Amino acid sequence: MIKQIRLAFADGSVIAKRNVIKIVRVPEVLVFVLISPIMFVGLFAFVFGGSIDIPGGSYREFLMGGIFAQTVIFGATFTGAGLADDMQKGIINRFRSLPMSQSAVVFGRTASDVVYNVLSLIIMALTGLLVGWRIHNGVINAVFAFALLLFFAYAFSWIMALVGLSVPSVEVINNASFIVIFPLTFIANTFVPSDNLPGPLKTFAEWNPVSSLTQAVRELFGNIPLGTPEPTAWPLQNPVIYTLIWSAIILAIFVPLSVRRYRRAAAKS
Amino acid sequence: MRSFIEAHGLVKKYGKVVALDGFDLSIDEGTVVGLLGPNGAGKTTVVSILSTLLVPDAGSASVGGIDVLQSPKEVRRRIGLSGQFAAVDEYLTGFENLDMIGRLYHLGKEPSRSRARELLAQFDLADAADRPVKTYSGGMRRRLDLAGALVAAPPILFLDEPTTGLDPRSRIQLWSVIRELVSHGSTLLLTTQYLEEADQLADDIIVIDHGKEIAHGTSDELKSQVGGERIEVSIRHDASIRDAVQSLTQHASGTIHVDERTRSLVVPILGGAATLTAALRSLDADGIGLNDVGLRRPTLDDVFLALTGHTSGDTDQADAERQEA
Ligand SMILES: Nc1ncnc2c1ncn2[C@@H]1O[C@H](COP(=O)(O)OP(=O)(O)O)[C@@H](O)[C@H]1O
Ligand SMILES: [Mg+2]
Repeated sequence: MIKQIRLAFADGSVIAKRNVIKIVRVPEVLVFVLISPIMFVGLFAFVFGGSIDIPGGSYREFLMGGIFAQTVIFGATFTGAGLADDMQKGIINRFRSLPMSQSAVVFGRTASDVVYNVLSLIIMALTGLLVGWRIHNGVINAVFAFALLLFFAYAFSWIMALVGLSVPSVEVINNASFIVIFPLTFIANTFVPSDNLPGPLKTFAEWNPVSSLTQAVRELFGNIPLGTPEPTAWPLQNPVIYTLIWSAIILAIFVPLSVRRYRRAAAKS
Repeated sequence: MRSFIEAHGLVKKYGKVVALDGFDLSIDEGTVVGLLGPNGAGKTTVVSILSTLLVPDAGSASVGGIDVLQSPKEVRRRIGLSGQFAAVDEYLTGFENLDMIGRLYHLGKEPSRSRARELLAQFDLADAADRPVKTYSGGMRRRLDLAGALVAAPPILFLDEPTTGLDPRSRIQLWSVIRELVSHGSTLLLTTQYLEEADQLADDIIVIDHGKEIAHGTSDELKSQVGGERIEVSIRHDASIRDAVQSLTQHASGTIHVDERTRSLVVPILGGAATLTAALRSLDADGIGLNDVGLRRPTLDDVFLALTGHTSGDTDQADAERQEA
């Protein structure tokens, strides 16, 4: 049993390494992982960041938490697209004929996306520092903020893994993921405080885990402007715990579903 | 004694299409068996079932004495597969592809690397080893894929149409690689659409059509059933047809077939080009004028014509008829 887990882990890291190599070989991946974070931070900082005044703080700093959250969640699209792509390429038959752990393809993919996200976060943070974003709450809290971003993104990538294994082509995944990810990241407090949203959208935004993630990250970085009213919804009052609960629930549901789906899909062709 | 690779009554259906219709197979250790059949005959389905990629609707199979359906992972440890379409990662280099496969066979880090280098050299890919596979030619990809099947030096190999789509030079190169492989005692199941390829590489040939075995034997046995080699001659003048038959009888290995209307003769022979040369000398000595002459080797079409009464190219039509029926 121990040996099996060790082998599954080793196989997963072989697959992950293969995906990581592609960052420098596949231009689309390179652009997505390394270039688009710079653009995101730059655009938001200069287009919105300068135009809205927040008394007692900087809107630019307030935005960073939202951009961090949105970017790592969009990164999950890669998990889906990568798996959909793998399933259609001949390489999957090679994997299936090898005496490797059968879930390594999925575990390796989600693991390599953590590496993608780490790189994206580093680039975003550096770009952020360049345009005036600062960490006000100490290094430990900041590290914890990044860890929380990575953990939630990891859990979320398992949702997209299931989608990627279920769609007939890579193109579908891009459309499907936008339908899910756009509302999730925009009906939230990512760019405007959720208090300003109308009725039902406000409730959705308050209970949306993307909001709690963003709120948690803002608090940990110390990017909440002074004098901002305390949030009234429980998820936003306890954003770290609420985000962790969501991550755990997503993992508990989607890891087994995705692994089973991979085995089915692999056995079919 | 049980055979090394065995299958009984394999059935696989895709909706209405019957890919395998009660297929049996038995391969002895250390032999090369060619599975010969036209497109859509069921070759890939057989290979997929034996290499654990596909579960049949009915039937059983064992590889190296291990049940394919009950212990697929045990089977995977002992087999190497090179599928019909090269299973390589385009964005990785040749070396990275083979190294990855070695790691997934759990060979360990150093052994994987040295095995990868060794195979790249053996398959004439050393110069391209550190280039992404994207830049490889079709023949190079095929060789890399074949190398991938050999990483763990498995005792059992499945090669699905290893030379389809290759130019003649690459094909002959690959044949010699495959011959070299099996000289070390591997057991090999090879599928092909070319009788010549099966003839060159296989000890035993199974002819498959519509998911069923329709003939089985050594290449010589099949050829003698099919008619083997023959000379086709077209005579210039009606008057010399009788003389030509007389002149060629000494070279024929069977009955000469005469078509008076087109003034053509079909002469079954043994001995290939040497016999053709001798036959031409006789015709020349007897002063018989020719319009055309050719040496014909039996093709898959001939095998099918002889065994089923239709050529392999007719199968689409046959399929259509079956669907209607
Ligand atoms: N995944 C599939 N879905 C539907 N039909 C299939 C599938 N795979 C194979 N077939 C059909 O099964 C038959 C046998 O296919 P295959 O084993 O690939 O033949 P071969 O390898 O000899 O060309 C063909 O008629 C083919 O169209
Ligand atoms: Mg095939």
